[in-house]
Amino acid sequence: MGFVGGIATVPHPARSSESEMIPALSLLLGCQLAGEILARLLALPVPGPVLGLALLFLALQLRTRLRPDAAAIETLPLGAVSGVLLAHLSLLFVPAGAGIVRHAGTVLAHGPSLLAALLLSTALTLIVTAFVFVKVAALVGSPAEPDR
Amino acid sequence: MTPLDLARIETLWVYLAADPLLWLTVTLLAYGLADRFSAACGRHPLANPVLIAVALIAALLTATGTGFDAYFQGAQFVHFLLGPATVALAVPLHRHWPLVRKAALPILAALLAGAVTAVVSAVAIAALLGAPYPVLAALAPKSVTAAIAMGVAREIGGEPSLTATLVIATGILGAVMVTPLMRLCRISDWRARGFAAGLASHGIGTARAFQVNPVAGAFAGIAMGLNGLVTAALVPLILALF
Repeated sequence: MGFVGGIATVPHPARSSESEMIPALSLLLGCQLAGEILARLLALPVPGPVLGLALLFLALQLRTRLRPDAAAIETLPLGAVSGVLLAHLSLLFVPAGAGIVRHAGTVLAHGPSLLAALLLSTALTLIVTAFVFVKVAALVGSPAEPDR
Repeated sequence: MTPLDLARIETLWVYLAADPLLWLTVTLLAYGLADRFSAACGRHPLANPVLIAVALIAALLTATGTGFDAYFQGAQFVHFLLGPATVALAVPLHRHWPLVRKAALPILAALLAGAVTAVVSAVAIAALLGAPYPVLAALAPKSVTAAIAMGVAREIGGEPSLTATLVIATGILGAVMVTPLMRLCRISDWRARGFAAGLASHGIGTARAFQVNPVAGAFAGIAMGLNGLVTAALVPLILALF
């Protein structure tokens, strides 16, 4: 994690960020690798990348705890690389999406029952989840984030 | 064209069809086109970039008689980035952590209500419409990320490849429906909207949330991660009732 702190001392993170993309990518891949290793060693039912997410999150929290005045993550190369990946998250689902065409026959073979279940259940889940969130937030006095 | 030219083109196609470069490029181009179209439509929910790009590629694969395995030889490089992108969700989570902490109770309540609704409603509707048990088992974990859903389905006797298809379909459906449904229900809280998108339709819902609002994106990422864990524990219990 040393280089995250190291970058924080660079006076112009925006200018230096291009040369620092490699450590940022290495950090993401390293967390994923550590997650995969942990999941296998401990036989956890959690995918490696999700454990990697938890590891990176803990590291970032620790960094803020230890150095509250350190530069915000968004201004660092890690913030830039994450921003690019998440801004185009849709792209990453395209290969798997093209794969469903192979199995479209199976889905249609089960007729409208599967399609109806998918449509209704997804709509119901969206509504129930958002509704419960808003109601409980109002109940415990956790106001909505103002639009920005 | 002379027969020689045709033979050349055929040799070229044999090379291109077997090389990962072609389908990797096609994947990026199709997405680029879909994303531009989506932006031109003001990010209208129906102009979903995943849906459009997948339709373009499916049409191209059919037209050229290319199998999915040949396509995936190239597309796997894009697919691979799902791992580091999942890890990258730690950054918005960290950034919005004060907001997340303050919403701990709504998150917990919405997580439990949403996870139960996702599994029970899907299985109940399909069962009522006469779907057999193996299909119910494949359908039950449809709202969570494919890696977890396929593991859960296998454990309870569902076909993992059918689950993968249903997971992607749920993702696209949720990403398309979330904005109109939230408008209809007059829910304007970005935290709630994002959380619902990530819970009901995992990464594809999260991608939609990031497209619309950064707070919604952060909450979608949390919902996706938490619902993966809860659904893995919940599905075997609920399926025992059917």
